[in-house]
Amino acid sequence: MDMKTARKRWMKRMNSLWMTLVAGVLMMPTLALAAGGGKIANIVIVADTRGLPAWQAWWANLYNESHLYFTLVTIIIIPIVGVIFGTLADWLMQLIGLDLKSRELAEH
Amino acid sequence: MEWMYMHMPISGVNIFWPGLIILGAGLGVIGGFFGMGGAWMVTPGLNMLGFPMAFAIGTDIAQMAGKSLISTMRHGKFGNVDYKLGFIMLGGTIIGFEVGAQAVMYLERLGNVEKVVRWIYLVLLVFITWMVFHDVAKRKQKERAAAREGKQVDALATGIEWHKALHKIKIPPMVHFKMAGIYCSAWLPILVSFLTGVLAGILGIGGGLIRMPALIYFIGCPTHVAVGTDLFEVMMSGLYGAASYTFKGRTELVAAIVMLMGAAIGAQIGSVATKYIKGYGIRIAFGCSVIGCAVSILFKLLAKMYPAYGTLLDNSATFVILSVVTVLALYIIIAFIFGARKELRMKKSMAV
Repeated sequence: MDMKTARKRWMKRMNSLWMTLVAGVLMMPTLALAAGGGKIANIVIVADTRGLPAWQAWWANLYNESHLYFTLVTIIIIPIVGVIFGTLADWLMQLIGLDLKSRELAEH
Repeated sequence: MEWMYMHMPISGVNIFWPGLIILGAGLGVIGGFFGMGGAWMVTPGLNMLGFPMAFAIGTDIAQMAGKSLISTMRHGKFGNVDYKLGFIMLGGTIIGFEVGAQAVMYLERLGNVEKVVRWIYLVLLVFITWMVFHDVAKRKQKERAAAREGKQVDALATGIEWHKALHKIKIPPMVHFKMAGIYCSAWLPILVSFLTGVLAGILGIGGGLIRMPALIYFIGCPTHVAVGTDLFEVMMSGLYGAASYTFKGRTELVAAIVMLMGAAIGAQIGSVATKYIKGYGIRIAFGCSVIGCAVSILFKLLAKMYPAYGTLLDNSATFVILSVVTVLALYIIIAFIFGARKELRMKKSMAV
């Protein structure tokens, strides 16, 4: 086997390994368990809904009834709030008159 | 003054909400500037405001995800985010993080690893500090040598050039990262993100503190692109972490949203400030923040070693962290004000 064929075979092998890894990573989130930020204790916390105003009572009830729905709503709300606040802050910065689309400074 | 306190529906505590906005704004400034989530700075702050520890971490991660999204949007418009690199690294980070977290759980079954983990953290921070300032010193050396010859050093020249050696490893597939201006083996960012993920998992931190310098020194990203790409990573892993902690019932979304109000402005200021500061300016400021983090970890270690002075040393650790946040935020805000004034003045003179 000459060098060229061996090199081709090596490249092919590496590329297929790469594709397997990409496919594996795409399926990884369902398996991953850790989240960062340290350990948390295994205790059940129940929110006290007595005397809360309407929206807070609804929110606390959602927490008590299903952590899954509570998580889904939280994960939808965070990016939406982020985009809204980010756009508002963007608008405020543009009011000042700054160029927010390019950066001239190019240094390593 | 009752109106200045807000009831948190899940944890049931009353929190001084302007404090949340100020904390969010300060960390937004730092996060947008350095490309870090800054969990190590938020948790003591939230705790000081009266948050139960059980909720401090989850709430911190939730606001971190939103804040990083805002900063990523801004950095993306400046061309500072290499999404391709970010996505490739995300895989390595998640797998590495899982390996690190599982390793700690395994070691915990063998004995108390907390002290060991803290020492590893400290050694790592000292190494990052050395790396940053060694790089700065080498770059200065190059500048002086060029000046002696009557030349100017190239704007893209760096002090440490480890990435150049790593780019010579040509294991296929080779990938071109356009925004970062890098052509290297795809395995390099995977390996780097995996290793930084393992370390972050072991140390129980988000990882921005390690990933940002790794992007610069091992992958060869320009500083601004390293900041933007790391923020993209923080955003993705933050959302994942927020989902995980919320499912475990440890997130106070109301507090996270209040913090985001301040973080939105802070993140914009921090991100826009990178326009006015050279890459090496960001690196030096980053090195200083790592020193602050290392000192606070040292205090925590000493508090465990000398229980008689435990409270004093623990409080000192919190004081150091909050001082670092304040000083860095002020430095970035001042840089932003001066830069913005200069830009507006130039625009005005060009119009005339």
